[in-house]
Amino acid sequence: MYAYDQYDQQMVDARVEEFRDQARRRLEGKLSEDQFKPLRLMNGLYLQLHAYMLRVAIPYGTLSGTQMRALADIAEKYDRGYGHFTTRQNIQYNWIKLEDAADILADLAKVEMHAIQTSGNCIRNISSDHFAGAAADEVVDPRPYAELLRQWSSFHPEFSYLPRKFKIAVIASEQDRAAMRLHDIGINIVRNSDGELGAAFYVGGGMGRTPMIAPCIREFVPLDRLVTYAEACLRVYNRYGRRDNKYKARIKILVHELGAEEYTRQVEEEYQHLLDSGVEPPFAELERIRTFFADPDFDSEAGEDIDRSDPDFALWVDRNTVAHKQAGYVSAVISLKPVGGIPGDATADQMRVMADLAEKYSFDELRVMHTQNVVLPHVRKADLHALWTALDDAGLGSPNLDTIEDIIACPGLDYCSLANARSIPVAQKIAQRFAETKKTATLGQLKLKISGCINACGHHHAGHIGILGVDRKGVENYQLSLGGSEAEDVSLAKITGPGFDEDGIVDAVETVTGVYEREREGEERFLDTYRRIGMGPFKEALYG
Amino acid sequence: MADQTPPAEGRGPDTGPEAGNMLRFRDDALVAHAAVTVDAFLDQSNAAAVRVEPGDDARELIPHLDRLDLIEVNFPAFGDGRGYSSARILREAGYDGELRAVGDVLVDQLAYMRRCGFDAFDPDAPLDPDDVEAAFARWPEVYQSAADDRTPIWSKRHA
Repeated sequence: MYAYDQYDQQMVDARVEEFRDQARRRLEGKLSEDQFKPLRLMNGLYLQLHAYMLRVAIPYGTLSGTQMRALADIAEKYDRGYGHFTTRQNIQYNWIKLEDAADILADLAKVEMHAIQTSGNCIRNISSDHFAGAAADEVVDPRPYAELLRQWSSFHPEFSYLPRKFKIAVIASEQDRAAMRLHDIGINIVRNSDGELGAAFYVGGGMGRTPMIAPCIREFVPLDRLVTYAEACLRVYNRYGRRDNKYKARIKILVHELGAEEYTRQVEEEYQHLLDSGVEPPFAELERIRTFFADPDFDSEAGEDIDRSDPDFALWVDRNTVAHKQAGYVSAVISLKPVGGIPGDATADQMRVMADLAEKYSFDELRVMHTQNVVLPHVRKADLHALWTALDDAGLGSPNLDTIEDIIACPGLDYCSLANARSIPVAQKIAQRFAETKKTATLGQLKLKISGCINACGHHHAGHIGILGVDRKGVENYQLSLGGSEAEDVSLAKITGPGFDEDGIVDAVETVTGVYEREREGEERFLDTYRRIGMGPFKEALYG
Repeated sequence: MADQTPPAEGRGPDTGPEAGNMLRFRDDALVAHAAVTVDAFLDQSNAAAVRVEPGDDARELIPHLDRLDLIEVNFPAFGDGRGYSSARILREAGYDGELRAVGDVLVDQLAYMRRCGFDAFDPDAPLDPDDVEAAFARWPEVYQSAADDRTPIWSKRHA
């Protein structure tokens, strides 16, 4: 894992003092709320329906046991004893007081954490593959590149008042586990035919009210030009992104309106200009960062045998563990989706259990997934039973990764001031319905995603089944969509037709899964069947 | 650091009405002539001061930088960050005259503006001198190479 040196620590400490000073000036009335708002947002502090919400950055989703324990302490000391893991691999606390915010940031700084640029019209926390460094299929660990870009984008003097927020994801494998092409910039680290590493740049993706899949604007940026190329992409956006309409201000609209070709031409021109300007860190810096992400000391003797005699354990192994590059190891997913629970929530005690287990079984490392679960990336197969037993005791043993119970849901109208409808109760009812009918297992991989408003924090456009909550004449109404994917087979879901009320949407989800069960061929997933047979049979069953 | 204390003449009440809120990091005399718009500047050959609005392309000035001794970059609203790019582009092109941020310039934006190459600030609303001093002293280090002369952290790590 990356560890701060004196410089990183000084920067985070300076930021805490800066925010403390800003909060003081706000409370003294020297800053108006309009002036303070972007400053607090750039420190992750939102004003929500009931209280302030603080979003803490977890760069590329990686954290240590000590850091997870610090998050637990914050949940208890400043919030109501729990936190909510987000679709951008961060954590947010929903019941924060403004007066406490600077102290929380100071507590975070003690464990090399922060809330820098987790909100606001700036470059946000950089996300990555949650199986980075462990995945059997990766070209290279993508996190050093994400860390390089984290430092470049932190306190960037030119790009802190962008037209709108800016999200970057970095992956390094053909399988996309980070929704890379649904980001403002998606970077895929690839190897060219000469065996050299470089970065493919995808620019202008996003969800929100106008979902777009990012086109590739350059297939290979040399690694020693990564920062320069990113700087060029951002500068064109900062200068020409729309500022007349908040809803058209994301880079996807600029790329769409200019056309990918013209946007690319402008970026290339800016890139040529910046090549000799000295913005690129020396390659030695990338090499320095890489050393922090070296493989842990794997047990080369680790065996492959798993005692599957306990059927509950065997089910969890089948559902929640993923192939590892190292023989004898797996990545184990801790589901934060117990049936009837709030997707992505964990109590302080659960965070401490996860921290302990990471130290004991996973080289002191945890990952937050964009699907709002937590991964122990490097677990010996021989340790799985002990791990599962401890997880199950803590209510963390749900065997439902990538099933219809593994629902992504935004906080919705229960917390969020932007929401039009509640997301959490809908997620709970759907998970309960499928757990009761025991259909979860037979449906296999089925990614269901719920957003409580058009901003799409719950990724409904990218769900095999997507649900969007809207307000229809004061009543919550839910639109159903089908056929989305955030993965390497990326696609945007299409709306089935008229929406449903809260109970109706649960029935509708059951109806479309019934069509899948009837129509599926061989090993097809729900998504595959939808793609083969199209919307017709689903519409017929829903509205026929 | 010496260059982080604005010269006194920029802040005193005797430097003319337009200099009331002025902060300057330059030793040369305050430019007195009024800045013209970019369009007006490109149409006439004798102006030595120009004002860049957010929608202007600062690169249009590059062929004429020799005869400019003041470029004002206007921030009608502090949240519109186009002026930061305009400033860096002008410095990258070699402009070494006065680059002045004017308009809705707030104390919490000063440090980044300085990094983008601004060396004078003429805010609409007066700034608290203590807050200004704190703002410029805030960052012990910087992560990026920009238009100022600060050494980025990555350079110090591999010195």
